[in-house]
Parts: sequence; C-alpha cells; structure tokens
Amino acid sequence: MQVPAAFEYAKATSVGQTLELLAKWGEDARVIAGGHSLIPMMKLRLARPTALIDINDVAELAYIRVEGAELRIGALTRHADLLDSPLVEEHYRIFADAERVIADPLVRNRGTVGGSLCQADPAEDLSAAFAAVDASVVIQGARGSRTVSLSEFHVGPYETVVEPGELLTEIRVPIRPGGGSAYLKVERRVGDWAVAAAGAAVWLDQDLIRSAGIGLAAVGAEHFRAAEAEAFLAGKPATEETFAEAGRIAAENTNPVADQRGPVDYKRHLAGELTVRALRAATARARGQEA
Amino acid sequence: MQITVTVNGEQHTRDVEPRLLLVHFLRNELGLTGTHWGCDTSNCGVCTVTLDGVPVKSCTVLAVMADGKSVGTVEGLEGPAGLDPVQQGFVQCHGLQCGFCTPGMMITARALLDSNPNPSEQEIREAISGQLCRCTGYENIVRSVRWAAEHQTKEAAEA
Amino acid sequence: MTVTENPTPMGFGRMHRKEDARFVRGKGNYVDDIQLPGMLHGSFLRSPYAHAKILSIDTSAAEALPGVRAVITGAVLETLKLAWMPTLSYDTQAVLATDKVRFQNQEVAFVVADNHYIARDALELIEVEYEPLPVVADAKQALAPGAPVIRDDKEGKTDNHIFDWSAGDKEKTEAVFADSEVVVVEDVLYPRVHPSPLETCGAVADFDKVSGKLTIYSTTQAPHAHRTVYALVAGLPEHKIRVVSPDIGGGFGGKVGIYPGYVLAIVGSIVTGKPVKWMEDRNEHLTATAFARDYHMRGEIAATKDGKIRALRVNVLADHGAFNGTAQPTKFPAGFFHIFTGSYDLEAASCDVTGVYTNKAPGGVAYACSFRITEAVYLVERMIDVLAFELKMDPAELRMKNLLKPEQFPYTTPTGWEYDSGDYPKALRLAMDMVGYEKLRQEQAEKRERGEYMGIGLSFFTEGVGAGPRKHMDILGLGMADGAELRVHPTGKAVLRLSVQTQGQGHETTFAQIVAEELGISPDDIEVVHGDTDQTPFGLGTYGSRSTPVSGAATAIVARKVRDRARIVASAMLEVSPDDLDWEKGRFFVKGDPDQGKTIQEIAMAAHSSLELPEGVEGHLDATTVYNPPNLTYPFGAYICVVDVDPATGQVKVRRFIAVDDCGVRINPMIVEGQVHGGLADGIGMALMQLMAFDEDGNHLGASLMDYLLPTALECPSWELGETVTPSPHHPIGAKGVGESATVGSPAAVVNAVLDALKPFGVRHADMPLTPSNVWRAAQGRPIRTDIAIS
Repeated sequence: MQVPAAFEYAKATSVGQTLELLAKWGEDARVIAGGHSLIPMMKLRLARPTALIDINDVAELAYIRVEGAELRIGALTRHADLLDSPLVEEHYRIFADAERVIADPLVRNRGTVGGSLCQADPAEDLSAAFAAVDASVVIQGARGSRTVSLSEFHVGPYETVVEPGELLTEIRVPIRPGGGSAYLKVERRVGDWAVAAAGAAVWLDQDLIRSAGIGLAAVGAEHFRAAEAEAFLAGKPATEETFAEAGRIAAENTNPVADQRGPVDYKRHLAGELTVRALRAATARARGQEA
Repeated sequence: MQITVTVNGEQHTRDVEPRLLLVHFLRNELGLTGTHWGCDTSNCGVCTVTLDGVPVKSCTVLAVMADGKSVGTVEGLEGPAGLDPVQQGFVQCHGLQCGFCTPGMMITARALLDSNPNPSEQEIREAISGQLCRCTGYENIVRSVRWAAEHQTKEAAEA
Repeated sequence: MTVTENPTPMGFGRMHRKEDARFVRGKGNYVDDIQLPGMLHGSFLRSPYAHAKILSIDTSAAEALPGVRAVITGAVLETLKLAWMPTLSYDTQAVLATDKVRFQNQEVAFVVADNHYIARDALELIEVEYEPLPVVADAKQALAPGAPVIRDDKEGKTDNHIFDWSAGDKEKTEAVFADSEVVVVEDVLYPRVHPSPLETCGAVADFDKVSGKLTIYSTTQAPHAHRTVYALVAGLPEHKIRVVSPDIGGGFGGKVGIYPGYVLAIVGSIVTGKPVKWMEDRNEHLTATAFARDYHMRGEIAATKDGKIRALRVNVLADHGAFNGTAQPTKFPAGFFHIFTGSYDLEAASCDVTGVYTNKAPGGVAYACSFRITEAVYLVERMIDVLAFELKMDPAELRMKNLLKPEQFPYTTPTGWEYDSGDYPKALRLAMDMVGYEKLRQEQAEKRERGEYMGIGLSFFTEGVGAGPRKHMDILGLGMADGAELRVHPTGKAVLRLSVQTQGQGHETTFAQIVAEELGISPDDIEVVHGDTDQTPFGLGTYGSRSTPVSGAATAIVARKVRDRARIVASAMLEVSPDDLDWEKGRFFVKGDPDQGKTIQEIAMAAHSSLELPEGVEGHLDATTVYNPPNLTYPFGAYICVVDVDPATGQVKVRRFIAVDDCGVRINPMIVEGQVHGGLADGIGMALMQLMAFDEDGNHLGASLMDYLLPTALECPSWELGETVTPSPHHPIGAKGVGESATVGSPAAVVNAVLDALKPFGVRHADMPLTPSNVWRAAQGRPIRTDIAIS
C-alpha cells in the first residue's frame, strides 16, 4: 500500500488550540478531521502537508442543533451523524437523501461535513445539498469569526475562501416552514462520485412555487447552484411543464467536463433530468405527499 | 511519538511516526495480521476494524489518531466461550472463500448486529457496501450475518 | 462453542470447510503476514510514460538515504543476465527496463530498505531522464503503416505483429455463408479488465548463502512451474529452490505468471544476504500485472430465415500489451478461443486471430477466462442475440432451436473440440422455468406500453476445462499432468499431497472429501498438503478450473491405488483371497460373511505391522500417481438475467439472476454454489462497470479502485441457482470442474438483458461496460467506444 511522506503532528482539543497550532506551523500545515480525503491524497503523495493538526477530539465542533430560525451543524459532524439525525430529517430531507449516497457507511463513520466542504471537490454532494438550501458557513481565525454564504464559499475546484490559519467551524441552514427537499444522484457504482447530481428545496404558495433552491454537483455549475433556474421558478405554477423548463435552464448553465464518468452531452442531459426529478420529489414532499 | 492504544481490551504503548497508518501499527507493531490491506484509495475495506466501537477503514486512520482510544480487530471476536456467532455464521454458511475480506466483513457484521439485532437482507448489504469481496458474490456473506442474527437470539434465549 | 450444525459426510456432500478455522480467527497466513528475522522491504520505481527512451538513471540520492540497503537498476541486472526473462508464451519480458520503457508503470528500478516506508521515500529520490516516444495505445492502430515499433529489442523486428492463428475450415465456412439466407455481422469488444483479487501480488525471498538454498514465499497459483522456471532462468539448481504458496487472497488467474517483483525479491536477497519482501500496492497491481481479455472481435453469423444457425466466423484482433505474457498451452496462442461455436449445432465455423503489441502491460489470459473461453462464449452469445434481433425471434426460442441435443454427444465441433456429455435443452428449460420466462415476457410487454423498460438476457455456455492431455498441452514445455500422493498412517489418519494450489476454492476440504469417498476415512482425519514444492508432487497448478478435473482425478486414482493395496492387506489379515472380499465405504469384508471384515484403520495398522504380506507386495498404505487427463471436461450452464433500465439516466438495476450449472458430479454442493455466486458477481462487474481504458498517451485510466470499479453487495441480487448433473464419462468421479463457469457465462446474460431492455430504441449492440453514460448513449443510437478515453 502507498504511504505518506513524513510530517509533524499534534492533537488539538479546542478551536483556540487549533488556531494557535495553525499559526505556529504556517501555510503548509493542514487541519485533519476524518481524513478520508486528505490521507488518501497524502498516501499518493499528491498532498504533502508538513504538519497535521488533528481536530478529531475538538468536541465543541460536533453538534447538530436548532438556534432561532437556523439549523446549525458543527463542522466536525460525521456524515453518519448527519444521515441519522432526526432533527435534520425533520427540517430537510435533502440531507439524508444525499448522505445515503455519499461514499460508504465506513467512510461516513469518519468523514465530516466540514471536511467535505473544505475539500471542495467539484462532485461533492454536500456542496450541492447545502447550496440548494441557502446555507452559510462560519469561519474562525485569529482575527475573529466571519460568516460566508455558501454561494461565495467555493472559489474553484478544491479551493475555498478559508485562508491559511482559519478553520471552518459551523454550517448554518435557514429554517423556513412548509418546504420540501430532495436529492438525486447518478453514479456508475455505489460509493462513486456523482456523474451528476441534483438537490432541490421548494416552498409553495398553494399551487405556485414561492421559491426554490437547486444545487448541482459534478457538472460545473457555478457555486454548485442553478441560479438561473431558481430565478425562473419563483412564482411559477408547480407543474411538470415548469419543472421541465427549469431543468432545461439548469442544464444550459452547466459546464461539465468529459471524463470516464461520461461525455459532456450526457452529463448536461443528466443535470436537466435530475433537476426535474429533484423538483418533482421536493414538491411532493412540500405537499405532504410521500416521495 | 509515544501512543497508547487499547486493542481488543489490551493496552499497548509504542513509539511511532505520525505517518504510520493504523493498519500497519496493528499488523507490524503488534503482530495482529488478521487485519489486511488491499488498496491505496480507501475503497476495498479489508482493513476494517472498530475504533471506539465504530467500524472504520484502518488504512485511512493514522495510528496516532488512535492514541487513548480503543480498537477492535478480528482477533478480538472470539471470546472465552468460543467463536462469536458472527464467526460461527461465516463457517456455517460458507461466507468466506479466500478469507481476505473476511475479518473486515465480520467486524462490520458484529457492529451492525450490536445496533440492529435483526437486520434485513437489504440492511446487511448496505452495511457492507463499503467492502469488496471477489470470491463469494456476497450471497453467503449475507446469509452468514442472518445466521448470526438468528442464533444470537437463540443463545440469548437459552442463556 | 463448537460449530455443530453440519455433520461431516463420509465423502461427497455439503460440509463446512476445514480451512475456515484459521480464517475466521484472523489466523490466515498470507505472504504479507510473513515476517522473517532481518527481513528487508523492496519497492519499484515505475515509469510514468507509456513509451520512452531511458536516457539516464541516477540512484545516488536514494542509495544515501538512511535505511536503504540496495538500489537495483536494469544495468545491474544486465550484468547478471537477468534484465530480461522468458514469458509463458516464449516471448521475453523486461524485469527492469534497460533501453526504454514500453508501458506506463513498467518497472525501472528496485529499492531495498529496512522498511516499507523508507523504501517508498527512496523512490522519490531516484532521478530518471526519459525521452518520450510516440505511443501505440489503440490496438487498431498497432499494425498501421508507420506505427512506432515497440519491440525494437527483438532483432529485425519492424512492426507490432505477434502472431496469426486460425482454426476451423475456412473454405467450407465461406461456402456456407455464401449459401445462407441471412448473414449478420457485428463488432463485439471484450474490453480489457483485470481480476483484481483483494490480495495483491508479492513475495518474500530468502536466499541462504551457506546452504545455497532459495526459499521464496509468493502469491503463486503454480508453485512447481515457478520453481522450474527460476531454475532455468536464474541458473539456481532446482533441488535448492523451495517455492511456498501460503494462503492466497484470491488468484483468478492473475497469480499464474512470474512477475518482476518475484525476481527482484530473489536478487535483493542474494545481494543483501537478508530475506527481502516485495508486496505491490493496488495501483501497481492494476497497471502492471496480468490483465485479461482485450479482444476486438468481428463476428459473422449465417442462418436460415427460420433461425437455423448454419455457420459462425470470427476475426479477432488481440491486444497483448508490450510483452506477450499470456499464459496458455503452447500450441494455442489464442487459448481455447476456437470453442466459440459454443453450445450449438453448426455446419461450419472458422476463426482468425491476430495478436499485436501495444504500449500496455502484458497479460491477457487471466481472470477466470479458461484460456479465452470467456471471450468465445461472450462472442457467440452476443451473436445469437444479434441474430435474434434481426430475425425478430425470441432469444430463448432461437437458442432452443439450435442447441446440441443429448443424443449428439460425444460431439466434435467444427473446430475440433470433443464435448464429452450434456443435456443442454434440459438445462435451458430449467432456467426458463425457474425465472418464469413466459410471464416475464408478458410483464415486459406491459411495461413497454407504459414507457418502462425491463430486459431479459440469456447466456448458454459450454466450457472446456481441466487442461490437459500431455500430447496436446504444455506450458513452456511442461506437460499439464499433475501428481498426487496419499499416505495412510498406522492409526488410520491420512495425508494427501497435491500439486494444485487453492486460492479460496476449498481444496483442504473437497480433496479430503474425495479421499473419504474412496476410502471411508473421515475428511476430518485427512490432511491436505499443498503449496510447498518441498512437500508436494509436481504439477502445473490451479487455473483454468483444472483442480477438480486433473488433481481431483489424480486424488481419486491414488486413493483407489491405496484401496487396492488395502484389499491385499485385508486379505492377508482375514486369510482369504483378495477376490473373496467386498468393499463398503471404510471396510473390506468377506463375501457372504459381512461380520468378517476389517476397517481401513485396522488395515492401516496391519500394513505397518509385522503381518506377512504376499510375495511382491510392499508394506505400508500409500501410493502416488501422475494423472494425464485424456481430454478436457465440459461443464455447461444456462443463465438468465433480468434487469430494469432507466433510459433517461442510463441506470441499470439487476433484478434477478438465475444460474443453472452442470459441472458433473458435485463433490461439495456448498462449495460449488459459492464458486458460482462469485463468478456471477464478475458478470455484473464486467457487463456494467469494470474497465481498463487508455488515453492516446497510453495513460492507464483504471489505475485505482476508484476508477476500476468492482461490484459491491448492493449491485448484486440474491443469486438463484439450479443444477443438472451430467457426469463426465472419462473422469474417475464424473466431476467436471466449476471454478470459472459463472465468470465465463454471466457477462453475456447481463449485456443481453440490458440490450433487450433497449430493443424498443432500436439498439442491436453496445459494448461493455454498460455504464449509465453508455446505456444512455446507446439508447440515443450513439454508443460509446469503451476502450479509449471518453471525450
């Protein structure tokens, strides 16, 4: 088996200690939580941090709670805990849908929500799911904390606005009653990255769509979001024709890359098809129908 | 750096490099070769052990991360009363052929039955979906876990 | 708590495995578990380029790294005349590259260090200067004029051609085609795949300078053949070489050949004076060890318009990679591909196979292919469905109409195979009944009305296994006959020594059962020894499903020899003539006086005692034999797969899979079923997801398990198995072998099912793997070429 190059290591037990260590070790140090993105990259020697700060014991970052009108998820929340959380399921079914198709049960026991968002893989399902529900993230640094909308969080593939010396600590999702959400993914095999995936969250006003959020993974949608399709949907009747048009607009605004998962035309088609299906499922759930 | 890890109930203190993977710590430092490795990309799952009771891929955990924690491996499944029902199930139902994925499969099965004593076939398949087998086509692995589920209850009832 | 649910049968029958005791406790002994005092670790530096000249290699920085004991390059091996080694196909393969590299990840240098981590660190310190060369990554371009010559190491070589090989009667076939009402042509690719057992390849070599003895523990399916080759190649005396194959974590044909890593472990041990372990990682395993398949086939089928198939013709372009390392009997460079007439009654058939070099890893015959029978079965079963498509005939009906009938056996095919026995229509009918075929066709019709698409796919296969008769079959000049030795101890326990080597097939149990069946000694009292060349008779190893047909036969025969001796001893004990004795399992008794008898245990003790034996009869109770099979055996089966396809996304769900197998007499049905289950999963994998594609620079696109996708428990349905039993007439126990049957038969069933679902879209053929993108594109009428990068 391939093995990492040497590095320094320390275990942190608080956010404060983590920030201190980051400052001490500088730019080439990395924080490690679940490690299921970072350790494989280090084994292949594609990533070579000079030091690792292990935050697995920073208990203050592992929680899921409601505060005011927000669902707040600590960055150290394991995928398995997000999947199994009744609190999350109560407000946003999109997350259980997404988590069920992220990696596999063993990886989900270790991988964290914060780690996945910071890894910023263009196919990251949670990036799309959080984008669909208008999430924002809290980033802490030596100079205090800042809140960033998820629409501004990703800078490019594998790149976020988290600066060296900073730590993602929390994800916040606004809770708006009466909505429904869903996530659908096409993959070549269980556990694979998406060929394409779509998540939708819909709020209705009788038969009209009051607002909708659509997140897309693996198709080069800017900030994982189908903003144009969302804009189109506002105020439209929640019908198949509307969904179809929204799907078309969403697909038009993707920029998929051909690879062994599929050619461009197929991925673009999937973006549209899955947007339609996600909208359909989310709307049914908003109406209280099992989807 | 020095770490102390409790493995199958026994404490071990060793001096290790931070980059030493947990699977190598178990196999090479402690001589517990029942846990295997099979890939470079955390896909195959033959390295599965429990970390504080939760099944994880030990090729993707640093030994230093296990400092102060407890690890369970296949060598810890057999108790003073004999083989664990999961182990018995695998023998009864031909749940193994070459045996390479077997320790990991049994660890996951044991953890599954601890939280879900009567899993459906679908639940078993989902639980092992992060672990590959090249020999059995999974059918007999599922049957082995079902056997263990049924015979655990019988034993508990008989006890 | 003991495991008591399965009583041990006295012979054939369901029985839990004896070897499980160590595996379920995590006490298996695989190569990487081996630790020897002072052992060092070796690791390869490999080429990033698929084709490049090596201008220079600087190992000085690596050699200076603390903990590094040796760095070996091709130049060093050249001085030992070990830079090249023979392959199993009478070609040569570089052990370490000297002049140039010829496939991505080819071995360039070998580091020996105190531990694995240091060895890996040292690799980064070796500097190699390459001059990239144009690449041949597409087999179809290998023979194009002006194509870069890969094997310029061969004197006078000016192209990438390896061989041409033909079988059948070309002229007769042409005549039948000219005369036929319907002729259909289809290009069918069996893409490059890889067996990928969960244990990678490796070795621990330990050369003892004082005694001159080399012990090498390695992941080998053929320990004796390896020993002989090491002797011939390395010039070490064969009686001073011990090859030990301990527990192997799956082989599937990928652990038959000798890999550079084994040779370098040996060289490393000789050079350092310490044991050296080499265990490759998964990336190395997938990119540099024996791949499988990679056959570009053009099939042509000629028939009447009523669906009577008359002839079959195939043209194959075989991609062998940079070195011809295929492992098959010498006379058959395309293996047993010429069994492609399958299970059908044809007037004529012919095939032409052209083998070419490309800038890819060597291999080709691996992954349960039964020497290219997977390719042959896939081809014919696809052609049957293609013909059914054109004739608008039900594929089951078309098969039933053309299957060989029982009264035609033994049957000689148009390409010279003599099938031993079989009732094919019965097996197909059983599979159809098990799946509820007619009802499924109804359901399919109803679903199509609603715009839902399900498919039913069939595959009927005939295998030829158990290679093979000496006069026809050898590998590197070593005849494919296998030995067995049986000794019964004074207290009636027995030890059986075999030449075959299990990698999970359960030999420690099944071979004990064969002896039990013949001698009436409990399988629990029989130790099966295998895998150590110092302790076992010579043989060609385990692959091509040959263990039961060849070593199983040897075992039955050697047990019968022991029984024959036991009869004589019993007759001396009972003071009667040997002809006056009858046998019931475990006991000889006087004819007509059953109380007058001796058990095999009593006979064993007596055979070792002072009992006087007749003139010329030796004492003890043991025997040896070497079995030269008179023919192959021919297992067969009928498989039916049911799938649900979503053409809008291309996703395929395998709903059901029915497999009816006939492997003759079943020694242990539990183990037979396990073998079938495993092979069926292979079918799903190959049909739907497994693939090794290359881009135009020869970059390997399936170099990790993230990209080379293997099926999990969620892609596999709950397999439904059935059986028919047609004993092999020439095999001592009527058994045929089953290890590869399901891998051979299943891919076509899955592919046929998916394409059956897409029939309303006018899809006649699309190549494996039928990933979602390929299914979607096929439904659009634009299937993807799968062996190259998707663009």
